[in-house]
Order: sequence, then structure tokens, then C-alpha cells
Amino acid sequence: MNEKTEKLTVTLPSDREIVMTRVFDAPRELVFKAMFTVEHVEKWWGSRDGTLDCELDFRPGGRWRFVQHTADGQEHGFHGEFREIVPNERVVQTFEYEGMPGHVVVQTLHLEEHEGRTTVTSTSLFDTTEERDGMVESGMETGAGESYDRLDEVLATLV
Amino acid sequence: MDQLSNVFAALADPTRRAILARLAHGEATVNELAEPFPISLQAVSKHLKVLERAGLITRGRAAQWRPCHLEAGPLRDVAEWMRLYRRFWDERYQRLDDYLRDLPAEGTAKEKQDERED
Repeated sequence: MNEKTEKLTVTLPSDREIVMTRVFDAPRELVFKAMFTVEHVEKWWGSRDGTLDCELDFRPGGRWRFVQHTADGQEHGFHGEFREIVPNERVVQTFEYEGMPGHVVVQTLHLEEHEGRTTVTSTSLFDTTEERDGMVESGMETGAGESYDRLDEVLATLV
Repeated sequence: MDQLSNVFAALADPTRRAILARLAHGEATVNELAEPFPISLQAVSKHLKVLERAGLITRGRAAQWRPCHLEAGPLRDVAEWMRLYRRFWDERYQRLDDYLRDLPAEGTAKEKQDERED
């Protein structure tokens, strides 16, 4: 068995971004369908021993909300919005866990097929509601920071 | 805004990230921190206030220098949140992988048939 199909590869290109890469042993159209069609999503997205309520309006500007019901009676809600959709290729969506409201992740997903296998690359930008809505003033001109090492080096030592 | 949001907001700015990266190497005064940037001392002070509010730095009390010191705690919270997020997707993708493997061949068989019909 190819180990690559089993493993999530993670890189941290900046302090607020995570790039996760995962290979699936299935053609791209199928992976895309499995990821963004309610009938498929409700079969894999939730926890193994629970149930999932699934709303998914798959169009730009459409919203999604999944509520996971665990065997011990807990509920975990997740929701977001689709921002861009290129069928079988690229999706930009937001992701928010309702247990920690205000922490919005902007997720860009790319699907690539090679010899019948599909690589899903997801770039997650960590955001806050305030930032997403443009409510944080950035203060002043920036760019000087590039002369410095990036903070992800600091973060890397803490993980 | 809760603490984690404050931290993310503070980290959103490259100048502030650069200031933190500098402080990771040790304490520094406002003047030292301002040196590499083409911005005023006041502008740097404003950035430091944002970092201080987020709990990412503390400042000494020595009136003249008020050296800035990196606080690792809030950054650990960010790292922890990222770690949970990563684990979340690792599990979800494993489930998707299992699901795709178990998916009856009909889907693919049907698509192949569609191709033949084209």
C-alpha cells in the first residue's frame, strides 16, 4: 500500500495559514461529489457513532451547516459560506465551529487528479469575524516586515 | 472580542509579526524595534499597544526604556487551536478515504458507461 494515500501532509506557510494535503484513491469527479453533495457528505462527515444534520446550498454565496450529534448526546455545529466554486477543481469556503464563534477559517480547496488518484490541497487562513468583516484597522502601511524572519518559526517551536 | 480573536487580529499585521519575531530573540526597546521600519516611533508604539492588549507582549516599568518582552502563552493558544483544527481534518479525511473505498463500484461503473455512450 502506498503510504501517501494514508497520510495528511501539513505545512505552515505563514503564521495564520495551514496547508493540508491528502491523497485519495479515487478520481477527481468522485472526490468532489463526495465532498460537496449532501447525500455523500452525511455519510462521512460526522463522527462514526453519531448522526449528522446536513444543510448544503452548493453555489457561490450559498451557506452550509452541519450539526453533529454524538452518541453521548452532545451537539457540535459547524457552518460556513461558499465563496467560489469551480466544479471538480477549486472551492473557497468559510468554516466556523459554533463552539468557538468568531474564529473564521477561510478554506481554499484544490483538487488535482494524477493516475486515477486525487490530491486535495486545502489552504486554511485563520481569521476573526472582525477581520473578515474588515473591522480591524490595520493601522498603517506595512511591508517592512518582510525583512524579518516570519513568525511561523516562532510558532513552530511552540507546537 | 475574546482573547484568541485579539491574538489573531494582532497577528494579522506583518509589522506586528516582525516585531514579535524580533522579540523572540530577546527584549528590545521601542527605539530598537522601530529601527528597521520606515515608520514613525508613534506608529510602532501603536502596534505595541495592539500586541500588549492581545497579551502577546509585556512592557517593563523602567520609565525611559520600557523594554518589550514576548509572552509565549497566547501564541500557544493559537498553536493549540491550529493543532485541533488539523486533527479535525485528519479525522474527517480519514473518514472520507474509508467512504470512497467502500463506495459501491456502481458510481464509477455508471460513469464509465456514460463515457461509452458519449
